[in-house]
Amino acid sequence: MILEIKNLCASIDEKEILKGINLTINPGEVHAIMGPNGSGKSTLASVLAGKSDYEVTSGSVTFKNQDLLDLDPEIRAREGLFLSFQYPVEIPGVSTANFLKASVNEVRKHRGLEPYDAMEFLKVMKKELELLEMDKSFLSRSLNEGFSGGEKKRNEIFQMAMLDPVLSILDETDSGLDIDALRIVAEGVNKLRNTERSFLIITHYQRLLDYIVPDFVHVLYQGKIIKTGTKELALELEERGYDWLKSEVPSLEEVQ
Amino acid sequence: MANENELLTELTDSEYKYGFTSDIEQEYAPKGLSEDTVRFISQKKNEPEFLLEFRLKAYRHWLTMKDPQWQNVNFPTIDFQDIIYYAAPKKKQELQSLDEVDPELLKTFEKLGIPLSEQKMLAGVAVDAVFDSVSVATTFKDKLAEKGIVFCSFSEAVHSHPELIKKYLGSVVPYTDNFYAALNSAVFSDGSFCYIPKGVRCPMELSTYFRINAKNTGQFERTLIIADDESYVSYLEGCTAPMRDENQLHAAVVELVAHEKAEIKYSTVQNWYPGDKNGVGGIYNFVTKRGICKGISSKISWTQVETGSAITWKYPSVVLQGDNSVGEFYSVAVTNNFQQADTGTKMIHTGKNTRSRIVSKGISAGKSQNSYRGLVKVLKKAENARNFSQCDSLLMGDTCGAHTFPYLEIGNSSSVVEHEATTSKINEDILFYCNQRGISQEDAVALIVNGYCKEVLNQLPMEFAVEAQKLLAISLEGSVG
Ligand SMILES: Nc1ncnc2c1ncn2[C@@H]1O[C@H](COP(=O)(O)OP(=O)(O)OP(=O)(O)O)[C@@H](O)[C@H]1O
Ligand SMILES: [Mg+2]
Repeated sequence: MILEIKNLCASIDEKEILKGINLTINPGEVHAIMGPNGSGKSTLASVLAGKSDYEVTSGSVTFKNQDLLDLDPEIRAREGLFLSFQYPVEIPGVSTANFLKASVNEVRKHRGLEPYDAMEFLKVMKKELELLEMDKSFLSRSLNEGFSGGEKKRNEIFQMAMLDPVLSILDETDSGLDIDALRIVAEGVNKLRNTERSFLIITHYQRLLDYIVPDFVHVLYQGKIIKTGTKELALELEERGYDWLKSEVPSLEEVQ
Repeated sequence: MANENELLTELTDSEYKYGFTSDIEQEYAPKGLSEDTVRFISQKKNEPEFLLEFRLKAYRHWLTMKDPQWQNVNFPTIDFQDIIYYAAPKKKQELQSLDEVDPELLKTFEKLGIPLSEQKMLAGVAVDAVFDSVSVATTFKDKLAEKGIVFCSFSEAVHSHPELIKKYLGSVVPYTDNFYAALNSAVFSDGSFCYIPKGVRCPMELSTYFRINAKNTGQFERTLIIADDESYVSYLEGCTAPMRDENQLHAAVVELVAHEKAEIKYSTVQNWYPGDKNGVGGIYNFVTKRGICKGISSKISWTQVETGSAITWKYPSVVLQGDNSVGEFYSVAVTNNFQQADTGTKMIHTGKNTRSRIVSKGISAGKSQNSYRGLVKVLKKAENARNFSQCDSLLMGDTCGAHTFPYLEIGNSSSVVEHEATTSKINEDILFYCNQRGISQEDAVALIVNGYCKEVLNQLPMEFAVEAQKLLAISLEGSVG
């Protein structure tokens, strides 16, 4: 397996957000996580990526047979864990191309590969840009600065394609995308799908899952996975919302 | 960006790289300042009468002045009687080649990476290396001489071109200008002199490295650059100083004169010892730099990357006298730990259609204070003058400070002055984003800072831009996270 999360609890500013997550992802699998606002989806993504604001209070995470929680965030990234941010930051003065070159070459170095020279790199970038139907001009603009919401998300997927990760966590990459962009992004993901690469897709909408068909769908509610199913579960959630599930977990209500 | 990996290696060694002293016999002036000290220096240098007169007038004027208190910096009062005003390597003879230079000294230069070696010379860098006060080696002089270019130590120029010194010394920065300029005029030891004749484009970057070595010696450099009609010169000043516990005073004066359609590009990369993490030691850098665009359509451009010194206090300025002349100021000033910088520029428009451009990038980290102080003054007769100023501040963390003090004095209504200012902060979210892409904290800072400073770094000659990038990274090490 690629990722094994066992009884993970995490808090921020003394407030417990994740309250015992269990999740196993095998190579090639696509898992979707759905759940109401504030249920802890982005928190889970941040904890996996290693954001230091969160304190892991108990549990363990194994990633490619290593203790993930023991690794610095940049090492996690170099080992092949990618997070497409719900809110990508803007970095003024650093062009997308330069940023990505630094990033890709760090990852390559870690994997024992030669760094790309400028020419090779440009070639590789142009190829990926074409697949995502993005304009070359993005490369010379400051990273995400002044990008529209949808462009930022597309830029995340572009970076994912460039970095060739083994586990990609997509945090609401679909929100803010127009219909064409949604299809393009989904195609981008599908092209990367193979028996090695795995995905954890956080979304509110079943529509993305029409394009990227998941192997499993999980519902995160108040810091716990309260239900796991297949793609049909997503359809059911779209129809019925989350209320019917809440009654299935009385224990949580009691905790409140 | 090809040097990003080299940067990484640089980053691993965080101590001040140039902190060592070399054991070279020195000749000192007696400690303290008096008319006798001034005479001693002048006599040691075998100076003509007019220069001794200049020094003495400056000294007497200095006695009437008080050291300035208006800067946004704090430091203990300097005891001017506790400073040695002259120190020169003892074995001073005319040197024909590098073989004759004291090997200790050459080693020192090597550690500093000063390009005195043959390879570097072939790369087109002419170096006039200033070791403490006396110039020890000048290269490429012959090649420059073919074009009629004079590039030598100041003391040499005093003897070879006294008429130029007499005419221009103090013509841009009079000794009455300010406290430290007066002090410098009285006791300056050496520096660089450069004259570019009419119509000549200087074929290479001229470069000087300054170093402060002897303990307790204030360094008082004097630089004078004259570009005659339709000439061009690019001059680079790089500074490194060894580690010292006592604060050392550095009060230089630089004067630039650009005649008709001439252009002077003056670039500085300064990384003098900034003091340790607790604010102990470091250089006091109180410098007066000014250029005058004397002729019509002349141009003076200052570019500075300031990462060192405990206290920096300098305002490279341009007097835009010739009609249609252009003045530029591009600056990156970095402060970390307990460093203090109060720096900026003055653009004085006196000619018609004169234009000036100010791009200032301040970066503050640690507990440092970084102030931009800029004056744009347009005289009544300077019709249609234009100025554009851009002052950006980048903060790392919450314990540092950035301050901007723009002063505008506009004397007519046909002139246009624009001022833009931004403040940004490198926050945890940005750094985490970089980490998530495999980029370590320190590399992320280097990447962002170099991006932020690009506009200024682009003004530097290529090889120095690379050096400056490294310096920026080194000086900001450990400033976040
Ligand atoms: N610093 C903090 N202090 C207290 N609570 C916090 C802090 N940061 C986040 N939270 C809370 O943690 C909870 C989980 O937030 P998270 O961003 O993980 O939700 P989410 O499931 O991604 O929601 P959304 O669907 O809206 O993106 C929220 O209730 C949020 O208010
Ligand atoms: Mg979220």
